[in-house]
Amino acid sequence: GSIDSTVRCWDCRSRRPDPVQVLDEAKDGVSSVKVSDHEILSGSVDGRVRRYDLRAGQLYSDYIGSPITSVCFSKDGQCALAASLDSTLRLLDKETGELLGEYTGHRSTAYRLDCVLSEQDTHVGSASEDGNVYFWDLVEGSLALSLAVGRSVVQSLSFHPTLPCLLAATERHVQLWREETFQPEGDAA
Amino acid sequence: AAAESSDSEEEDLVSYGTALQPLQEGERIKKPVPLQEQTVKDAKGRYQRFHGAFTGGFSAGYFNTVGTKEGWTPSAFVSSRQKRADRTILGPEDFMDEEDLSEFGIAPKDITTTDDFASKAKDRIKEKARQIAGVVAAIPGTTAFDDLIGPSKITVGVELLRKMGWKEGQGIGPRVKRKPRRQKPDPAVKVYGCALPPGLSEGSEDEEDEYQPENVTFAPKDVMPVDLTPKENVHGLGYKGLDPSQALFGVSGRQHLNLFTGGSEDTSNLLGDLRHSKGRKLGITGQAFGVGALEEEDDDIYATETLSKYDTVLKDEEPGDGLYGWTAPKQYKSKKRSEREVKYIGKILDGFFLASKSSTPSKIYPPPDLPRNYRPVHYFRPVIAAGNENCCLQKALEESTGKIGSDTTQQSRHALNASQRREQLGETGLKGPAPSVLEYLSEKDRERLKEVKQASEQQMKAKILPQQSRNSRFQPASPDDASHKWQMLLGGQLANAGSSDFKPFARNPEKQKRYESFVRCLKQGEKDTLEHYLDPSMTEWERGREQEEFFRAAMFYKSSNSTLSSRFTRAKYEDDVDKVEVPRDQENDIDDKETAVKMKMFGKLTRDKFEWHPEKLLCKRFNVPDPYPDSSIVGLPKVKRDKYSVFNFLTLPEPTTSVTQATNENIQQNNSLNKAKKPSRWDVSDKEKEKKDSISEFISLARSKADVQQQPPVSATEECGTGPSETLPTEVTNEDKDQEEESRPSMDLFKAIFVSSSDEKSSSSEEESDEEQQPTSSGIDSETTKQADLPDSSSFNVQGKIVATSTDPGVSLSPTSKQELDATEEFGPKLPPAFSSGRFCRLLAYKFCTLNRKEKHRKHREKHKTKREHKHKKEKKKKHKKQKNKGKNKNKKSEKDSSSDTADSSDSLSDIDTTGLSPKELLRR
Repeated sequence: GSIDSTVRCWDCRSRRPDPVQVLDEAKDGVSSVKVSDHEILSGSVDGRVRRYDLRAGQLYSDYIGSPITSVCFSKDGQCALAASLDSTLRLLDKETGELLGEYTGHRSTAYRLDCVLSEQDTHVGSASEDGNVYFWDLVEGSLALSLAVGRSVVQSLSFHPTLPCLLAATERHVQLWREETFQPEGDAA
Repeated sequence: AAAESSDSEEEDLVSYGTALQPLQEGERIKKPVPLQEQTVKDAKGRYQRFHGAFTGGFSAGYFNTVGTKEGWTPSAFVSSRQKRADRTILGPEDFMDEEDLSEFGIAPKDITTTDDFASKAKDRIKEKARQIAGVVAAIPGTTAFDDLIGPSKITVGVELLRKMGWKEGQGIGPRVKRKPRRQKPDPAVKVYGCALPPGLSEGSEDEEDEYQPENVTFAPKDVMPVDLTPKENVHGLGYKGLDPSQALFGVSGRQHLNLFTGGSEDTSNLLGDLRHSKGRKLGITGQAFGVGALEEEDDDIYATETLSKYDTVLKDEEPGDGLYGWTAPKQYKSKKRSEREVKYIGKILDGFFLASKSSTPSKIYPPPDLPRNYRPVHYFRPVIAAGNENCCLQKALEESTGKIGSDTTQQSRHALNASQRREQLGETGLKGPAPSVLEYLSEKDRERLKEVKQASEQQMKAKILPQQSRNSRFQPASPDDASHKWQMLLGGQLANAGSSDFKPFARNPEKQKRYESFVRCLKQGEKDTLEHYLDPSMTEWERGREQEEFFRAAMFYKSSNSTLSSRFTRAKYEDDVDKVEVPRDQENDIDDKETAVKMKMFGKLTRDKFEWHPEKLLCKRFNVPDPYPDSSIVGLPKVKRDKYSVFNFLTLPEPTTSVTQATNENIQQNNSLNKAKKPSRWDVSDKEKEKKDSISEFISLARSKADVQQQPPVSATEECGTGPSETLPTEVTNEDKDQEEESRPSMDLFKAIFVSSSDEKSSSSEEESDEEQQPTSSGIDSETTKQADLPDSSSFNVQGKIVATSTDPGVSLSPTSKQELDATEEFGPKLPPAFSSGRFCRLLAYKFCTLNRKEKHRKHREKHKTKREHKHKKEKKKKHKKQKNKGKNKNKKSEKDSSSDTADSSDSLSDIDTTGLSPKELLRR
C-alpha cells in the first residue's frame, strides 16, 4: 500500500523490481493492506475499503466515508474490520458489505492507528490516541476493556494470530500483554 | 605520340612521355648506363663531381683541395742577377675557377655604377650611420673630421642642376619676381632664429630681402621637404638623448644655454644639406631622462652658471613684473597659462604648432538642486497583497505615504488580470473565435453544470442566511442592494460579458435573450429596470432566482470566457479518435453513499462491485486459479467510449456484476449481455445522474420551505438527514430509526408486489390516478412513461410539459427513473438480467408500495396525502408558491383542487427545474 494511491504486488520469487500488478483503483493514499489466502484488502484515505478477490476476479469497494486507517480480516474470513478517522471501527460483512457492528469510544482522528481482532474473533481491538487500547465485544459492540498502555498515542498494535497475546507500541516502548492480565477481563466480557 | 594523335581513330587517346625508338631488325636492346658511369662534365669538359649530401654543390679543385691529384705544387723559386724573382701578389681570383668569375659566378665581373653616380639616398643612410657612429664613438665628434676630409660626393642630379645654374639653397623652378616683403618673424620663430648660427641661410636671405632690386627675379624659395623618416625608436615624441657634447664639454661655456640647438639641427636635417651640417658639431642634445607630461623641465645645471638663476632672497611674494621664466611660482605660471599662445615657452615638436585659438573650456553644468525635504535614505515600501482583508491596511499605508485614494482604481499590477493589463497597455485583444468553453460541452453536461452551480449556490445561501427572512432571499424586493452588490463585484469587467458571444443559456434561447438584455442594462447601471427584462410570466421567486443566476453567469464568464477563447481555437480537423479508454466500471458518486453511511445503510448502497482481472502470476502466487483464464486484461476492464460523452463522468452500477456467484462463463456471458444493452442503460443512468445533482438543490429548497412554512414535521421529513449538512440531527435520527425498520422489506412482500403488478400499466394512467390510488395498482413503467405520455400530451397542457421535461435531461421525469435505478441497485441481482423492463416495472411497484406505507406511517403529511413521494415534494413547493401569493399559480391551484395531481406536479417540476428525488429519499422509505 502506497501513498501514491496504489497497492503494488511484487513477486518475491523473481528478481524483477517491477511489481507484478498495480492496483490503482484507490483515489487517495492506501493506508492499510491485508492479504488473505485469496484476497487483498486495502483501506484507503479516500474512505473506501477495497477487497480484491482473486479467486472470483472481483473488486468489492465499500464506501465508509471517513479516511480508513487500518483494515483487517476476521479469522473466520467472513468479515472485514475497518478503522477510520471518525473514531469508529466498523465490522463489515465481507460478502455483502453490510455493517455488522460499530465500535466507538476510542479516539482516532489524526493518527494512522491499528485495529485488531482477537485470536478467536471474540473481541475487536483498536489503538487510541489517548494512550489506551480499547477492546469491544465483537457481537455486542460494548466496550469490554480499555487497556492503559501509555500516555500518548498507541502507535502500533497487533494481536497474536493464535494466542491471546497483544503487542502494543507507544512512546519508545513496545509492550507485550498476555492473558494473565488480559484474559480474565476480556473473557469475562 | 604526334603520329598517333594524327590518326583519326586514336585521337581520343592521350599519351605521355616519349615513345621509344622502334627497334630495328636484329638490333639488341641497349643496356642502360650504370650509375657510376653517368658523369657530369662542365662546359670545359672537366668532370664535375657532385658534392654534398643532398645538394648539387660542386667540389672545387681536386676534391675540394687545391690543384691536382698530386696536390699543390709551389712554383719553383728562381732568382738570378738578371732576373729577380718577382713578387706576385695573389688575389682571390687566383684561387677561383674561371666560371666563378663569369656572369653567374661567385664574383661576377660586370659593370656597376660607382659611388659618384650612385643615388644620393644611399648616402643619406650612410650619413645617418655615421652620425650614430659619432654619437656612439668613444670620443664624440671625431667622425666629423672624416666628413671634413672625405671627398665630397655630389650626385649627378645635383651636378646637373648646378650646371644649369642652380645653387644650393634655392628652389627649383622658374625664377620669380618677388616683392620686397619684410619677413616678420614669429615670436616663436624668433626664438628659434636666435639660436641659429649667424652665417646660415636664413640670415643671408634676410639680408637679400633688405636690398631688393626692382628688376631682378629670384629663384623660388626652396621647399623644405617633409621629413619622412619614420620613428623607429620607442622614445617619446621629440625625445633626444643626452648630448654629451653639451653635457660634458665646454659647449655651455661658449654657448649660453642653447636650448634650441635641436630645433636648428632638425631644420638643417630637413634641408638635407649635408654641407651645412658639416659645419656644426654632431651629436644629440636634450635631456637624459626626458620630462614627464606633468613635470616641469629641470634647469640645465650644467648650462646655467649665472647667479641670477638662483634665488638669493627668500620671500613669499615675487616682484611685481611677473616675469619669472621657468622658475615662476605656480600661481604665476598658471596665470600665464591662460594666455598660452604668447607665453608658451618650450620645445615644440616637429610638425606641431601652437594653437591660434585656445580651446573653449568645457562647460560645466551644476548638479540639480535637491528638493528641500529630500533625505538621502532609501526605505522599502511594504508590499501588500490586494486582498480583502488587506484593503484597510493598504489604504492606511497609501494615506500615510501621501497618495490618498487618488489611485484606488490603479491596483497593483499583480492584481490585474491579463485583459486589464492589455487595456492599460493599449494592446488589441487576441483575435480569434471566441466561443465559450461551455460550447464544447455537450448539452447535457452544460445543463448539469448549471444545476450544480445553482445547487451549490442555493446551499451556500441556505447556510449563510439561515435566519434571514424569505423576503431577503427569494424576493427581488432587494434587487437594489443585490444588483448593487453584483455590480460592485463585476466592476468594469462586465462590459466584456455581454459583448462576447458567450451564451450561457444558449439552450434556452428565450432565456438567453433575457440574459443578454439583462447584461446590457446592467452595464448601463439601471438597476431598477433590471426587473423588466425578466420573464413577467414567472413568479417573483423564479425571477429573483433567475436574476441571481444571471448575475452569477455574468460574473463567472466575464473574463475566463474571453481570455480562454482567444487562446484556444476550434479544432480544424475532426479528431478521429474521439474515443478514449475509460474504465468500464467506476465507483459511484459518493453523494448518495455518504448519506447511506450516515444512515448506517452499509451494504448494497455503499458497495461497488467490479469485474477485476488479477494478474496471472499473482494468481499463481496466491495459489488460486485464474478467474479469467482467457482474458488478457489486467485490472479493471476498460472500454472505449466517446471522449466527450457525459457518460465518462457518470458512474453506473453494473447490473451484471451483481450476478456474482455465477461461473466464469456466466459472468462473461453477462458482460456481453450487458454491453449489448448499454445504450438504454446509459440513458437511464444519465437521468439518474442529473437527479443526483439536483438532490442538493432540492434539499436546500425544502429547507427554505421549512423556514418559510413553519411546519416542523414536514421540514423534518424533507430534511430527513438526506442533506449532506445535518441541520436537524434529532429529527434525522428519528427518521433513521423509522427507515431502518422499513428499509428492508421482507422478500415475500416484494415478491407479492411483483406478481401483482402489471407491466402494461402506462404512466399516464398512473399520473392521472387520484390520491386514493392503491399502492398495488400504482405500478408504473418508467420506460413507457414517455411514450405513453405522448398521445395524451396534446390534449393536456400540463402533460405536454411533462413530455418536454422528460426529453430534457435536466428536467426529466426524474423521480421515476431515479427510483427505478435505485430499485435496480437493490433488487436487480435477484432478477434475470434479460427482463429489464419488466423488472423496472415491478421495482417501481415495490417502490410505490413502500412509499405508501411510509405515507401512512407519517401523520404529519399534508391533507392531500399523495402516495408518491415526488408528488409530495411538488406539492410542498406549490404550497410555498402559494404562500407567496402569486396570482400566476391560481389556475394551477384550481387544477390541483380538481384533483389533477399530475398537472400540479409536472407544473412545479417544469417551473422549478431540477427537482428530483434523491436516492436518499428513497432510502428512507
